[in-house]
Amino acid sequence: MNKRITLFCGHYGSGKTNIAVNYALALRKQYDRVAIADLDIVNPYFRTKDSSEDLAKAGIELICSPYAGSNVDFPALPQEIYQITDDKDLRVVIDVGGDDRGALALGRLAPAIWEERDFEMLAVVNRFRPLTPDAASAVEVLSEIRAASGLPFTGIVNNSNLGEETTAEDVLSSVRYAEEIENVTGLPLVMTCVKYDLLPALESKIDNLFPLVLQEKPTTFSAKTGNS
Amino acid sequence: MAEKVLMKGNEAIAEAAILAGCRHYFGYPITPQTEIAAYMAKKMPKIGGTFLQAESEIAAINMVYGVSSTGKRVMTSSSSPGISLKSEGLSYLAGADLPALVVNVQRGGPGLGGIQPSQSDYFQATRGAGHGDFRMIVLAPASVQEMAELTVKGFELADEYRMTSLILADGTMGQMMEPVSLDITVKPQPEKPWAVTGTKCARFHNSINSLSLVPEELEKFNSDRYERYAKVEANEAMAEEYMVDDAEVVIAAFGIAARVSKNAVNEARKQGIKAGLIRPITLWPFPKEVFADAAKHAKAFISVELSMGQMIEDVRLSTRCRVPVTLCNRAGGMIPSPEQVLAAIKQANGGEA
Repeated sequence: MNKRITLFCGHYGSGKTNIAVNYALALRKQYDRVAIADLDIVNPYFRTKDSSEDLAKAGIELICSPYAGSNVDFPALPQEIYQITDDKDLRVVIDVGGDDRGALALGRLAPAIWEERDFEMLAVVNRFRPLTPDAASAVEVLSEIRAASGLPFTGIVNNSNLGEETTAEDVLSSVRYAEEIENVTGLPLVMTCVKYDLLPALESKIDNLFPLVLQEKPTTFSAKTGNS
Repeated sequence: MAEKVLMKGNEAIAEAAILAGCRHYFGYPITPQTEIAAYMAKKMPKIGGTFLQAESEIAAINMVYGVSSTGKRVMTSSSSPGISLKSEGLSYLAGADLPALVVNVQRGGPGLGGIQPSQSDYFQATRGAGHGDFRMIVLAPASVQEMAELTVKGFELADEYRMTSLILADGTMGQMMEPVSLDITVKPQPEKPWAVTGTKCARFHNSINSLSLVPEELEKFNSDRYERYAKVEANEAMAEEYMVDDAEVVIAAFGIAARVSKNAVNEARKQGIKAGLIRPITLWPFPKEVFADAAKHAKAFISVELSMGQMIEDVRLSTRCRVPVTLCNRAGGMIPSPEQVLAAIKQANGGEA
């Protein structure tokens, strides 16, 4: 958490947005000025914008396309994008779109980020996703992202999960997977993400756990309104 | 049992199709089903299959016609406006008695509409997919697991009855991620003696055609087809019943609406109201008997839909209007909340909303 810019990249559906939002909230506890930048040009759903209320409440700036969350399915980038590289007092978390196509959006920022040399580019991996079930397939996706983004990865985030049904055993079963990716890529495992309720069971077994609050689903009674 | 994977509904459909032996996918991208095409684009080249992004939806459905003529399993997918474009092709498939799997991950309409989930293509799927007398088998998944299972089932039914199977999903089903087991049994594919595979000078040539200029013959084709449809109606209707046995208020809902409704039923039961849920899994054939049976003890039905009220007509027909059927709905891409459904249950039960 000591670099000015933290980028989360990975296969689509690997959990980047959820991690980015939780990470920004954690950063805000250490720094006065924190921003989260949504550079997703691929997916019109599940955007950082969905968490805008929580982010605003926490005093986190949101840099995102005016079309994000509007249902206008445009691959657009926000005009405030240069704030990320120009405003050096700002701590920025960048939520990059999925796969190499999503990472293409970084192209315009990559030279300035590289020149400043104050960034962490983290590869989010999930062994329970169908197209990245083993180290080899995950590394293939990562190298495609590396080529499209113009930035090298500096670390790995193990976000292996089965959504709300994830058990401690599921997370433990992914340790070897993450280690294999470490070995093949030579990148360090920076953290392992788990939902909050698994924290007690895993604390003594895995280093550098990062707890996540998951987003609410529309099919269940809202915790906010109660159910009577 | 194989380990579960975390999949989007759209990905589950694509993977299950491959599992079912489908090696030909033709489509044109449209939100919210694009991941089906994206997944096929990644996977098909690796397994010797064909992924082809057609120049339009119309082209794609006609490519489906072509491959199906050769007896191979084939599919296309789209979302509401794209399915309208496929309409002509669906009618031609029916006219030529060709099996195919078509997926509609619905979004709000009419017209170009929006990109949020909807169930407003119910009429189109169950009544008017195209011109002429024909039916499609319509399957309505309510979980990512079912997206996979019904895709396999869809291929099997399509082959068995030489019909189009349509997966009628919606944006939430396509986009939501859930753990899935892909340990799904696939029946061996049936022989297709009608397929155009080359005569090798050993048999008379087969012909795949929907043109029929002699009205007596065309009438016969239609009658034969409807005999087959009658078998489908008799054998293939599927529904999930949830706490229906003693229910006084019965909800009818499919897909995402059923998931919302199940939570509302649970809450109603906690509050002492005898509520239940019938979730049609096949929308055509509609599970009429399940509804007719429930109408013997229920005092009211509620049709919960992401539309202005389309399935409600089938609920009224199946219950023969013995008891009142009310509508609890959102439209245009909105989803009814469990609170809204609970209020409708209370109202139907005679209490205050």
